[in-house]
Amino acid sequence: MMKKAWKVLVIIAVLLFLYLPILVLAVYSFTDATNIGAIRGFSLHNYVTLFTTPELVQMIVGTVALALLSAVLASILGTMGAIGAFYSKKGMSSAITTMNQVPVVNADVVTGFSICILLVIVFGVSKDTFVPLIVGHVTLCAPFVFLSVTPKLKQMDSSIYEAALDLGATPFTALTKIVIPQIFPGIISGFALAVTLSLDDYFVATYTKPATFDTISTYVVNATKGSQTTIKTALWALSTVIFLVVALIVVLMNLRAGRAASERSGV
Amino acid sequence: MEHRKNIIELKHITKTYEDGFTAVDDFNLEVRQGEFVTFLGPSGCGKTTTLRMIAGFDIPTEGEILLNGKPITNLPPNKRPINTVFQRYALFPHMNIYENIAFGLKQKNTPKDIIPKKVKKVLELVDLEGFENRSTTTLSGGQQQRVAIARALVNEPQILLLDEPLGALDLKMRKEMQLELKAMHRELGITFIYVTHDQEEALTMSDKIVVMSEGKMQQIGTPEDIYNEPINAFVADFIGESNIFNGIMTGKLRARFCGGEFVCVDDVEEGTHITAVVRPEDVILTAPGQGNIRGIVTSVIFKGMHYEITVESGKNEIVAQSVNSATPGERVGVKVEPDNIHIMIAEDHTNIFAAEINKNWELEYNENVLNVDLTAIIRGSRMMEDGTLLDANGVEIDKRKIRIMVSIQPQHIKMTDEIEQGMVQGYISNLIYKGDHYSYVIHTDLEQDFVVDDEYLWNMDDQVGLLMPVEKMTFTVKR
Amino acid sequence: MYKHTFSRKYLGIPYALFLLLFVVAPLIVLLYYAFTNGQGQFTLSNLTGFFTNPNTLGTLFYSFGIAIVTTAVCLLLAYPTAYILATSKLKARSVIVMLFVMPMWINFSLRITALKEILTWIEGNLAYYPFLNAVIGMTYDFLPFMILPIYTTISKLDGALLEAARDLGAGEMQAFLKVTLPLSLPGIVSGISMVFLPAMTNYVVLDMLYNSTYIMGSLIGSYFAAYNWHGGSMIALILLGIICLFTLFTGGMEEEHTRGGALL
Repeated sequence: MMKKAWKVLVIIAVLLFLYLPILVLAVYSFTDATNIGAIRGFSLHNYVTLFTTPELVQMIVGTVALALLSAVLASILGTMGAIGAFYSKKGMSSAITTMNQVPVVNADVVTGFSICILLVIVFGVSKDTFVPLIVGHVTLCAPFVFLSVTPKLKQMDSSIYEAALDLGATPFTALTKIVIPQIFPGIISGFALAVTLSLDDYFVATYTKPATFDTISTYVVNATKGSQTTIKTALWALSTVIFLVVALIVVLMNLRAGRAASERSGV
Repeated sequence: MEHRKNIIELKHITKTYEDGFTAVDDFNLEVRQGEFVTFLGPSGCGKTTTLRMIAGFDIPTEGEILLNGKPITNLPPNKRPINTVFQRYALFPHMNIYENIAFGLKQKNTPKDIIPKKVKKVLELVDLEGFENRSTTTLSGGQQQRVAIARALVNEPQILLLDEPLGALDLKMRKEMQLELKAMHRELGITFIYVTHDQEEALTMSDKIVVMSEGKMQQIGTPEDIYNEPINAFVADFIGESNIFNGIMTGKLRARFCGGEFVCVDDVEEGTHITAVVRPEDVILTAPGQGNIRGIVTSVIFKGMHYEITVESGKNEIVAQSVNSATPGERVGVKVEPDNIHIMIAEDHTNIFAAEINKNWELEYNENVLNVDLTAIIRGSRMMEDGTLLDANGVEIDKRKIRIMVSIQPQHIKMTDEIEQGMVQGYISNLIYKGDHYSYVIHTDLEQDFVVDDEYLWNMDDQVGLLMPVEKMTFTVKR
Repeated sequence: MYKHTFSRKYLGIPYALFLLLFVVAPLIVLLYYAFTNGQGQFTLSNLTGFFTNPNTLGTLFYSFGIAIVTTAVCLLLAYPTAYILATSKLKARSVIVMLFVMPMWINFSLRITALKEILTWIEGNLAYYPFLNAVIGMTYDFLPFMILPIYTTISKLDGALLEAARDLGAGEMQAFLKVTLPLSLPGIVSGISMVFLPAMTNYVVLDMLYNSTYIMGSLIGSYFAAYNWHGGSMIALILLGIICLFTLFTGGMEEEHTRGGALL
């Protein structure tokens, strides 16, 4: 329908739109410029600032720690929920599935705000305890773990659990040795998704976090309002670092997938 | 055989699900040590549910299961010395073959040095030596089946349960595995309980067959018993090919069915409603006039070893197997030796007859329209504007491929002298006084026998019409 | 008699309780706060206030405006991209698709920062084009969420259908209009639902690009900053209502087409 050149052009244009800002910023992060457009000399001072300013380091470590903790909790809860719902009676199962769908379709603003109202205003839990923040992020992430585990349960041959019982395994052993290994890929992708969602979140964090704590998102949003150019350009470096980390992960994943595919075809 | 003790006993087992469906109804069974017992029946007959209750996956709603005399009804599956070979093998996909087979042994804390020896031995038994490190996904269906059997047998179960284990295999492989399983059973001496819907498989392999239908045990016996002496029409129909007729006893050792009089060897009281079963290989075709009935050959099909010949006699059809061919249209006599007629007392005196769907999509019997809603009889069907009937899948129903069976109780039929008002006409061929009423047998012009209860005395050979109210009829669909 | 002490279905109980406590209870609290005043008395004034105040109504319409334009722009960019990706026979297709997914894994606030620097450089002062910048920002943020579901739907289409259409005499364009487009509708619908709602609520994009006009999300933020839980709850409830209507309208969210499906 379209000439091939046109097709390539469209793809390149859209990719440019998505990547140009990040790439330009990456280039400028290695200079001492404070604005895009100004041509200045090479400098690593943004990276030095990024990794030596305690405020910035704490913010990055805090965000990652929060993401990992929330993702672990969300993976445990979501997996248990998915298994429980899958083997429950229809009413119970559809009740869990429906409740699970609420945070998925809901706007994050509403999720964050409502959890804040419940925990902080109604129950009087202090934000400084980190409880509202962690609860908020687990609420945000667990439904996605649930959604990525459920299809694996559906794909699993239901009689292998019974086979384990039949061979003398207790229900708990059958679950840990047979069912969990079968749905493990789903748990892993759910976990990865939970980490991503938590890292990316602004709205839930902003309504539930302690005043002294910042995630990357809340920090960046506040920093853009200020006029501290050192911090501003250090964030360019952060953006570049994250971009490189994500790119590295993607490359590694592609390599692994490629190797797995060639192993399969080699058999 | 008699000295062997019962290894497992099922007493009044009933399984009713939450939606009210009764899968197994008052099921009783005793299995002796070392027997090969097969549960045979169509899908949904409750055979798998029964097996699952023995395995411990399902708990009976009522009744008791005894293993070596001790109740195990509520014992969870992992505490029972019983192992199962699953329908689709249920091998653990993330474990290799060694790990699959060793799984049960590890659960029982078998010493580490013994496990490899036992696995090796059982792999030899199923002819898979050296397969320990193979992944389950690299095996053929037959090999997976052997692993599943090995995985169960390595635990030295007291009973091995097999749930349609050969269902997923092709015909050749299935035949091979049947023989191997039978050989394994002989060699190991373990009690096998086998579930299948394949009557041939059941007849080949079993010591004892339990025929099941709609959650109930229909008959239990050796393969020979079940084949030669089916206890009712269902068993006769399910096991082998049969001609099955509704009939009536007309005298001592005399029965009438298929529009003729036959001498039989079963002594059943005169006037009793019966079901007569004749195996096609026992139907003898003779010259017209020499047999019990006359007929016309309507079809001849060559089946390799014999011809399958269908003969139409009045309103009845009878299938014969013969090494000699016949020509469609040929007039023949049909003869059956007395000891080849198997007479069963009909369970009740319900009158059953077939109705037809006419071109206006109404139900019709003997040119009388039965005023009923066809869509209510054929589940899930709906009537289109042009009068055609669609089934639950939206496919048009073929009138010729569907038979509606009508049943009506004797007390709901009335006899009338104004014979044309009756739905069908006939003469009274038998009457028995039953204390407070007479039970009549009316032989109709359509060569069927109806049983009618009436408190008044009618005379033998009276011509009568039968009034049958539609609202007292029940309808079942046969395809 | 032995009783099962552990059953798989009990595993669902902690999660069910968690959802009741942190998903259902907050919604009930929202409902309560939305219809009470500071003294805890029942009132409809939060609701009537919203629909009679020209400012809040203006915000509602502005949100819709931004969301509709953003969704349209995303769709116009995403459909050809997804179509080309799905129908190309490139060997490196999976790598290119990855390139479209990758931005979703980079923190959105950093990506918007990058966009902001570029736009500042191009436009000089962001304040000149607030609406345009908002749309560019949202499009930049949400475009991958539109591309991916459409790509998934088109690449799952049975190629034989197109061949059948061609075989029956349809031209290339006709085959596209009569076969591909209608069959890719589910992907379009889930793409729309993943862009439209965030575009109504993600006020941070506007904030960061110096667009000070409120959208629905910013209203919650401002009520929150003013400690007005009742007003904020009502806005949240109205947003929930819009989400419900939207979900009903698009025939519910299919599992594979939620955010999760797009990210995985």
